[in-house]
Amino acid sequence: MALQSLDIAKRSATTTEPPQARKTPQVAKLIDVSQCIGCKACQVACMQWNDLRDEVGNCAGTYDNPRDLTDQSWTVMRYAEVETDRGLEWLIRKDGCMHCEDPGCLKACPSPGAIVKYSNGIVDFHQENCIGCGYCVTGCPFNVPRISKKDSKAYKCTLCSDRVAVGLEPACVKVCPTGCISFGSKEDMQERADERVAELKERGFTNAGLYDPAGVSGTHVMYVLHHADKPGLYSGLPADPAISPTVSLWKGITKPLAMAGIAAAALGGLFHYVMKGPNDVSKEIEAEVDKELEGEK
Amino acid sequence: MIRDPSDLQRYTASERANHWVVGICFILLGLSGLALFHPALFPLTYLFGGGTWTRILHPFIGVVMMLFFVVMFFRFQHLNRMTDTDWQWVRRAKEMVNGDDHNMPIQGKYNGGQKLLFWFLGLAMVVLFASGIVIWRAYFSAYFGIGTIRLAALLHAGFATLMIIAIIVHVYAAIWVRGTIRAMLYGTVTRAWAKQHHRAWYRQMTGK
Repeated sequence: MALQSLDIAKRSATTTEPPQARKTPQVAKLIDVSQCIGCKACQVACMQWNDLRDEVGNCAGTYDNPRDLTDQSWTVMRYAEVETDRGLEWLIRKDGCMHCEDPGCLKACPSPGAIVKYSNGIVDFHQENCIGCGYCVTGCPFNVPRISKKDSKAYKCTLCSDRVAVGLEPACVKVCPTGCISFGSKEDMQERADERVAELKERGFTNAGLYDPAGVSGTHVMYVLHHADKPGLYSGLPADPAISPTVSLWKGITKPLAMAGIAAAALGGLFHYVMKGPNDVSKEIEAEVDKELEGEK
Repeated sequence: MIRDPSDLQRYTASERANHWVVGICFILLGLSGLALFHPALFPLTYLFGGGTWTRILHPFIGVVMMLFFVVMFFRFQHLNRMTDTDWQWVRRAKEMVNGDDHNMPIQGKYNGGQKLLFWFLGLAMVVLFASGIVIWRAYFSAYFGIGTIRLAALLHAGFATLMIIAIIVHVYAAIWVRGTIRAMLYGTVTRAWAKQHHRAWYRQMTGK
């Protein structure tokens, strides 16, 4: 269901302009990884607000639990133990949908209105329009959407679009005990990040920085990273995410080219028939064959 | 039913049935595939009971098509080996399209164009089947890397487009060359048709 208080800036498999008269400020969630203590309150709040209950998994020797995003776990904490020039570091990143300004999932989706981007920047899946093809998984540069084994629909973090629409912050933001997650206008969050990055630099994290990747035209979930030069340290956060050129080709020029090619073939046939006429058997050959048959009798 | 005892048998009943199973599958796959390929054609999903049903049915129809295509392929492949005459025919195909077939080399059961189409369809089916498996999210995609899946999606769309164009040419050729469609409907062609378009095959069939 489209939330009436949020207008839509982009709609999957739709080639005309979506309704967008109402302008809403761009929002963003800022996750300051350097303040995260890995308590998983955000995971719990996400489950509670969205009425999700994942299956109890098993321990793989790390704190990652559940071990991956699923249709029931829209956010997971990823724990990485890495050796840096500062010694052993425990880098904990809250993973989930990044809410790209240029969403690969939306670009790939073939079902009109199954994926929308609201005018405030939130990318949302509308499962009632989802056909379960998994193209969103193919299109996502962050490996976020998950297809439910039960209903074959795609699920991911909604950035609590239902809460945001009525002026509340996302559930994970509300419960974070260290203030590591904050939510507001994208501009405010960028400012807040700049302040935090300056603090971190002062404390010796010379490569601290904001993760707001330009390859997807920025994201509406941003990270403050102490090692922004090496995002890969944080359980494989991509350094330069972008919609894959293969996906762009598939969902870009291929579509009009294919339509033009098919139309040209069909119309070419029609006009060929009209202009050249049918290829009939010639009278001479018909007479020859008749003669041959006469001879047989 | 025999309409004229002098008609020549071009396809057996079983060959015709085989061809039509493949043909029906192709139409269903083309419609459902285009529905999921271009937003303007998404309404075609209503023919299959909605988007989700289209997504569920398309790959299964593809498997059926592949099975019957393989049988048809091995039935006809020995008749489709390209010869020097076939290449000559292909080089002169433009004259034929322009409506002048006087200089066309004499053809056997199939001409060079039909043979090339046969081999292209064989290649397209292999690519479409393989890439289709990779992007069949419900059962197989989990076994492939994301790069492979993206490439498969692109190849699937590209080869499907080429195949649709090839089949339009195939169907149009059958309409254009009058007296052809009956070969695939009830199996026979007239002697004059055979002598006009496939003289070597005509001689082989009639000894004339």
